[in-house]
Amino acid sequence: MMSTAPLDPTAGAEGCGGCGKGFCDGKGRAIFKETSWTSNPVAVQTLGICPALAVTTRLENSLVMGAAMIFVCVGSTFMLSLLRHTTPRRIRLIASVAIIATFVILIDQFLRAFYWEMSRQLGPYVGLIITNCIVLGRAEAFAMQNKPQLAIVDALAAGIGFTTILAIVGFFRELLGEGTLLGYVVLHPDWYTKNLVMVLAPGAFVVMGFLIALFNWLQQKDVQGS
Amino acid sequence: MPESPTLLAIILTAALTNNILLAKFLGMCSFLSCSKQISTAFGLGFAVTFVLTGTIIVNYFVYHYLLVPLGLQHLMLIIFIAVIAGCVQFVEMFIERFSPTLYYALGIFLPLITVNCAILGASLFMVIDEYSLLETIAFGFGSGIGWLLAIVLLAGLRKRMGYSDPPGPFRGVAITMILTGIMALAFMGFGGMGV
Repeated sequence: MMSTAPLDPTAGAEGCGGCGKGFCDGKGRAIFKETSWTSNPVAVQTLGICPALAVTTRLENSLVMGAAMIFVCVGSTFMLSLLRHTTPRRIRLIASVAIIATFVILIDQFLRAFYWEMSRQLGPYVGLIITNCIVLGRAEAFAMQNKPQLAIVDALAAGIGFTTILAIVGFFRELLGEGTLLGYVVLHPDWYTKNLVMVLAPGAFVVMGFLIALFNWLQQKDVQGS
Repeated sequence: MPESPTLLAIILTAALTNNILLAKFLGMCSFLSCSKQISTAFGLGFAVTFVLTGTIIVNYFVYHYLLVPLGLQHLMLIIFIAVIAGCVQFVEMFIERFSPTLYYALGIFLPLITVNCAILGASLFMVIDEYSLLETIAFGFGSGIGWLLAIVLLAGLRKRMGYSDPPGPFRGVAITMILTGIMALAFMGFGGMGV
């Protein structure tokens, strides 16, 4: 079940002609589930762990980071997929990095211009999306061989899978660490003692460890069930 | 040398209290995948220290003497990545020519390092924290040593993990994360040194 069987590269090439029946011959849904759940980029493939740990001190930060990631992932894989026939194989890595960097700079400048406070809190981690293995991974493994429409679905799935994990980790860290959610007080300081460790680094590792274990457990059950 | 205590403080902070891996979460991918054997961890750790210190110095000059005068700070990310990739390639050729032994020890790790976010992250922190040249060198070196320390320690712990029997779903990455969390907790204790 964990087999990340590479989707037939030729499938997208001729299959997408009839986008009328379902999304891309019903392939859209299968790809979405595969990329966002069965081989979730963070919890299953353990890619892109750095931002998932670093910016998840608050739920709000996690969501903004997730949105930035979705933007970069969708934008760059779409461009790469459009250019997949014209990019010589030998320089494809450099081409990918250049395109990803362009989108990262766009979102970084956007955050700086309109959400300065958020940009300051996220620090260098927005810029570090460039070296995030998820984007390059989807570009290499999927966008290079598939049609732009399918590449968008795949990138969206990867981005949403990433955001979900970030949101879950951010939820628990903010709730247990500060007793708030999105800045609103949930666990009142009168009777709840803030658990500072959750906001600090060790909390991130431990929450992520339990989350990965939960994913393993759910997917094992999935296998036994089917 | 009136500056030496602060430089020492920067090295110690970067290596221990503000460890680039355990406090800033940079370089997790290779940290998780290459920490199964102590010898591998050592090789990768040295390569990271080497490249990190080298690239952060080059990036310092590129940023302050090229990008700032030209007003091109927004191109920082893409230039830094190019510098890092170029440096890694150069270092690889250099080592291969002058020290084949070192080349075989580090060889396979060097290409991996290009995408190690600790390297780019350190350069970005150099810009954000506005370090001077000497401070930059100290910060780069300290971060590298800190990364080396963390990955070697984890490799040792994971060896021991082989003899224990965690519950099924926790096997593999999950228990390693929790292990790292406990290690991060221990490293936070260095904060009491007051450097």
